[in-house]
Amino acid sequence: MMQSQFDFALAAPEIILLVLGLVILVLDALSQSPRRTLAYGLSLLTLGLLTAVSVWQLGAGMVGETFSGLYVADPFAHVLKIASYIAVALTLVYGREYIQSRDMLRGGEFYVLVLFALLGQMVMISAGNFLTIYLGLELMSLALYALVAMRRDHAQSTEAAMKYFVLGSLASGFMLYGMSMMYGATGNLDLKNIADAVSSGQIDFLPLAFGVVFLVAGLAFKLGAVPFHMWVPDVYQGAPTAVTLVLAAAPKLAVFAITVRMLVVGFGELAVHWQPMLMILGVLSLAIGNLTAIMQTNFKRMLAYSTISHMGFVILGLASGALDGDIQANTSAYGSALFYILTYVLTTLASFGLVMYLSREGFECENIDDLKGLNRRSPWLAVMMLILMCSLAGLPPLVGFDAKLLILQALLQSDRLWLAVVAVMFSLIGAFYYLRVIKVVYFDDSVEPVTPVPAMGVVSNGLMLINGSLVLVLGLMPGPLMALCLQVMHATLSY
Amino acid sequence: MMASEMASFSTPWLTLSIFVPIVCGLIVLALGRDDRPGLTRSLSLFGAIISFLVTIPLYLGFDSSTAAMQFVEKSIWIEAFAVYYHLGVDGISVWFVLLTAFITIIVVIAGWEVITSRVSQYMAAFLILSGLMIGVFAALDGLLFYIFFEATLIPMYIIVGVWGGPNRVYAAFKFFLYTLMGSLLTLVAFLYLWNASGGSFDILTWHTLPLDSTPQLFIFFAFLAAFAVKVPMWPVHTWLPDAHVEAPTGGSVVLAAIMLKLGAYGFLRLSLPIVPDAAASMSGLIIALSLIAVIYIGLVALIQEDMKKLVAYSSIAHMGFVTLGLFIFNTAGVEGAIVQMVSHGFVSAAMFLCIGVLYDRMHTRDISAYGGVVNTMPKFVTFFVLFSMANAGLPATSGFVGEFMVIMGAVEYNFWIGLLAATALILGAAYSLWMVKRVAFGDSANDHVRDLQDLSSREFLMLSIMAIAVIFMGIYPKPFTDVMHVSVEALLQHVSISKL
Repeated sequence: MMQSQFDFALAAPEIILLVLGLVILVLDALSQSPRRTLAYGLSLLTLGLLTAVSVWQLGAGMVGETFSGLYVADPFAHVLKIASYIAVALTLVYGREYIQSRDMLRGGEFYVLVLFALLGQMVMISAGNFLTIYLGLELMSLALYALVAMRRDHAQSTEAAMKYFVLGSLASGFMLYGMSMMYGATGNLDLKNIADAVSSGQIDFLPLAFGVVFLVAGLAFKLGAVPFHMWVPDVYQGAPTAVTLVLAAAPKLAVFAITVRMLVVGFGELAVHWQPMLMILGVLSLAIGNLTAIMQTNFKRMLAYSTISHMGFVILGLASGALDGDIQANTSAYGSALFYILTYVLTTLASFGLVMYLSREGFECENIDDLKGLNRRSPWLAVMMLILMCSLAGLPPLVGFDAKLLILQALLQSDRLWLAVVAVMFSLIGAFYYLRVIKVVYFDDSVEPVTPVPAMGVVSNGLMLINGSLVLVLGLMPGPLMALCLQVMHATLSY
Repeated sequence: MMASEMASFSTPWLTLSIFVPIVCGLIVLALGRDDRPGLTRSLSLFGAIISFLVTIPLYLGFDSSTAAMQFVEKSIWIEAFAVYYHLGVDGISVWFVLLTAFITIIVVIAGWEVITSRVSQYMAAFLILSGLMIGVFAALDGLLFYIFFEATLIPMYIIVGVWGGPNRVYAAFKFFLYTLMGSLLTLVAFLYLWNASGGSFDILTWHTLPLDSTPQLFIFFAFLAAFAVKVPMWPVHTWLPDAHVEAPTGGSVVLAAIMLKLGAYGFLRLSLPIVPDAAASMSGLIIALSLIAVIYIGLVALIQEDMKKLVAYSSIAHMGFVTLGLFIFNTAGVEGAIVQMVSHGFVSAAMFLCIGVLYDRMHTRDISAYGGVVNTMPKFVTFFVLFSMANAGLPATSGFVGEFMVIMGAVEYNFWIGLLAATALILGAAYSLWMVKRVAFGDSANDHVRDLQDLSSREFLMLSIMAIAVIFMGIYPKPFTDVMHVSVEALLQHVSISKL
């Protein structure tokens, strides 16, 4: 399979992004435009180019390892990267007006930082070795820390940045410690070699177990699973909404990728040990996420807790693989988790996008009550909110339902009926707070004075509409995306 | 929406029945403007009538000599999961498709001048809801059934919450969360069945799937959680009075006439045939709960002071009859239950329409605020008395046929159960007629009553249609029973064979 030791074509997206990112950085430094239109346009162009390259790679079946196994290109990576590009592009478009009106463009680093965070994510997604995983993770995290701290004069943002930085570093430390344990036990950093070493049965179990525990904890931190979730609500709430969206969308995909790569590809043999850990994390996330979300009055904070509960579902999907490594069963378990996280990111993009829509200069749409009477002000945005909230609550015929269905199916397939029942009971509790948002939007009258929803650009309006409709259309026609998820998972597992 | 494989030569009437109202609803939503409500109303009425017309061929083309599914459409929907877009009706479900489309017309007429705010959203919600409910009755694929079943919650939630009474938010939440709880457990049962049947969501395959007694019991209770809440059966009925009282008239009509039937239909289509042994062993429990509903809830209805609450409780009592009929496993019982479901669809809808007529004039539903309405509204009282009689199960109205058949079946099953069930006729007469007496007769109670205007031509039209349906079904129920007879026999035949 290995095409050559240094196959640069496989890593073309990363190379292109690195070069263009630097070009944008330089050009932007020369530009004096307060709107930073050049950087914005070039960033979108870059993302378009990357999408074209990755789609071509996926279509041409470019699969393989390069740089001595440090870098893996497989359909799984291509699909996740394409999803990340789309997520980042939507983030930039939705956040355009928002960041401009909040004077976050003065330095002009916004776009470059977002692009470098994306580069880190891409490295994570394609990582085949602990070194690349950590490299990508840190590249992404450092860019994100800076983004959260972007509004220097804003106390809440600064606080959020501090928390994010300290806890994020702690999580990175956990991961690093786990990796070093693994290295100590197996003498390897390459995931495939580690897998071979573990299955040889010659490895001392104790450092291996420690390594897995630390790695799972680190991943749980990054995913925002209970009990490592403390940073999520504070950061989501404190960061400027545009940055919250940067954090909430694409990075989840990257962390999901390294979770699959490490746990499934690397330590598939140890599934019997990490599955119970994931189950506990998953159930706790569902419980704490859903119960705490009920009490929130701040919309962004509520969405943060809702994220935690959704990560619980993803983790349950990851925990329901077969212990004997049966590829068919594993495909459906991990494929369902992949479907869940892709559709979740899609829904999140539109939700935070809406929040930014409703925020105006000098007014943050922060509290759930700020949505009061939205139906009167703008029936179409209200319908959009209805669709998004119902999808997050997992109601048919929206895509959130199909995603939950797949996870439940994976749980039943692995004979975990009780977990499925727990999961649906917590979704019932979760339904309450999504319904409350719909209630505020539809049943309540707006607090005077009625402020009209600001007009947005044609492009962002159109994208928003497509984004919202996709939640419905994919809900009605989940077949192709499901098939794609299963297919790429199958390719990765049997590679 | 999708091309059908098996019925590719004929018109896909079921798909049309489902999607014509949904598309009409979307058109109303897109075109309707609140500053031109007249256009919206006409458009909605037109949509509702078209939606009803496309269901007529289902009756005209129905072959009542077979229990097989008819008008079947089947095409693959989600390949990775073996989910089919699989529709079909038999003698049991065809009635509910027609009833749903019919009631939607009435609802549109009922909301004509009454709803003045956000008219297009109101009408669109009902049209979309109508399509979704028809989908439940027509679905032969488990997942499709579930999607329709649960999707109905969203428009109903909006209807209660936006156009409802003062306590509407509480009622809307209660309605939603109660029903969602039940249906989520059903989803788990569906997935269990999917795995047990080797990856099939086909309801007809599930009918013949052998299952051990323990899984059967679990599935039975999972189904019970969903359908008992929906019916609603005592003791999970408490959401219904709240929802009914707060919902706008149209919402109450749809709730009583059709949504409750989704639960009973679920018992018929899923619980009985899929887990017949568990159903048989648990029939005692269901019969007991049904009798409690009939007698206890009947007594509760007697003391209500709010007219809508009274009719809501009487609905629960009548639905108790339905569940009783279903679980005594004989032809008279099951057919009686189905006739009762259709009849209750007409009668309870008509009762809520009558209350709506009064409420629109007086803005109160308290029985004590009325008295002597007959002096000023003679036409109205004629209808009101007729429907109350039907509610009480008077012979020659549709209410009588179903109740009588169920009682007959119950006596055949066990005399004492029949006797207890028959007390419902007395209780029904008591609460219905006592309400009529207090509201309609006597001297005019106050100045407001003296100023009442009799029915407008719109209201007269709407109530006459209902009256014709109620009387026709009471005098000549044969068309109804003929169509369902073979399907019911086949169902009972199937249920009597153990799966163990």
